[in-house]
Amino acid sequence: MSDPLTQRVLSCIAATQRISPEKVTIDSSFQELGIDSMDGINILFALENEFDITIPDEQAKQIHSIREMVEGIQKLVAEKSPAQAQGQ
Amino acid sequence: MRRVAITGIGVISALGKNACEFWSALEQGRSGIAPIETVDRSKLRFQNGGEVHGYCPGDYFEEKHADFIDRFAQFGVIAAREAIRDSGLDRDDIDSESTTIITGSCVGGQCSEDLGFVELYQKDRGRVHPLTIARTMANAGASHISMEFGITGPAYTISTACSSSNHAVGQAYWTVRNGGADVAITGGSEAVFSMGFLKAWEAMRVISPDTCRPFSKDRTGMILGEGGAMLVLEPLDRALARGAKIHAEIVGFGMSADAGHITQPSVEGAARAIRSALRDGGVPPEQVGYINAHGTATQLNDPMETAAIRAVFGEHAGRLAISSTKSMHGHALGAAGALEAVATILALRQGVLPPTAGFRQADPDCDLDVIPNQSRRADVEVAMSNSFAFGGLNAVLAFRRYDASRDRTS
Repeated sequence: MSDPLTQRVLSCIAATQRISPEKVTIDSSFQELGIDSMDGINILFALENEFDITIPDEQAKQIHSIREMVEGIQKLVAEKSPAQAQGQ
Repeated sequence: MRRVAITGIGVISALGKNACEFWSALEQGRSGIAPIETVDRSKLRFQNGGEVHGYCPGDYFEEKHADFIDRFAQFGVIAAREAIRDSGLDRDDIDSESTTIITGSCVGGQCSEDLGFVELYQKDRGRVHPLTIARTMANAGASHISMEFGITGPAYTISTACSSSNHAVGQAYWTVRNGGADVAITGGSEAVFSMGFLKAWEAMRVISPDTCRPFSKDRTGMILGEGGAMLVLEPLDRALARGAKIHAEIVGFGMSADAGHITQPSVEGAARAIRSALRDGGVPPEQVGYINAHGTATQLNDPMETAAIRAVFGEHAGRLAISSTKSMHGHALGAAGALEAVATILALRQGVLPPTAGFRQADPDCDLDVIPNQSRRADVEVAMSNSFAFGGLNAVLAFRRYDASRDRTS
């Protein structure tokens, strides 16, 4: 079972992509989940709202997998509030 | 079918307020992209745009009149005035039902709408300006041109995002070619700079934080622009009979739909539109010497467009030159095709091909001759202009250099 922050990212992806949460794991590929470039931008928007963060365009361009998405969010959330990043 | 001549051009854009200034900047490869001034850019992730610098409605319209017209429609009227003046046609020649007006605009008077929403949602005032509807409607440009010049023929506006004005010019060309009108005023106009609309573009993550570098490996996205451009089209015979100056002929129009994705472009869709324009004009592909590319400088468009041109022209793709003048005037969405039509027509007439400005590094996926940074002398027989819209709606125009001596001998 992954940590609470990862869980929140995964459920946010599932909700935005309108797929069942069980389908989304940290190892899922964008292709498996049918995520194209516009879907990716939608998901980043949902994550920005969910965590009240701003994902810079440059960072967004580096994201090519769910794992990179989760790691990127962890980093941005940690910069904003270290306690929340640890799932506390 | 009648041959169709372009006898008038008018343009207002980031490159100046008339066709002469526009061409001078294009020829010198000088960009009009600069820090955005009409919207508070401190709230934006991107800073630069192609605004009409130092624009003052009072220079063109009486105050009372200007109140009724959104910035986008003002640009349309200003460009139409210049085009009609340039054509040498008098008001008596065009104030009839045999003149048609076909304009393109993607978002119409969204700046006026945005102002209304600020009043309503931000300032919590219970009412918006009563002219909001009349200013916002996308056909306002066509309507104001018809009223100013007393034109009573078919007048309408086409909205197909970034292809809007190529669709408009193409329809006007067919209308004149088929005898549906004796004069067409056609082109497009756009005013994109409002906080709400810029924020929507910001969310799409396709706007460059720097500048527009089409076909360059280090390109970082598009730059929005605004402005208007209009053409006057007439049957060639009629234009010659009245001794008009002929800028060029318009000889082909092609359209297609990708039927694919709402934002991702398709090589096949783009190629179909280019082929269709060649077929429409009976133009042999090897006569084409220059293409004013859609060239948005997004990651997806430029390689797609390169592949589409290679698919259509085969070996000849290596002999033709392309450039994206969006690198200088920005992407004016529904006005883009009209601005680029003017650039293409003047390139034919002047025998000079405008460059792709801001180009720094060759991209193996965009390996055509993109005329990097410096314009080039070249007498080209046929030139094309591509527009590929979000939503997968494509429109391509073909123009031919007008050679008076050839007409006299034939």
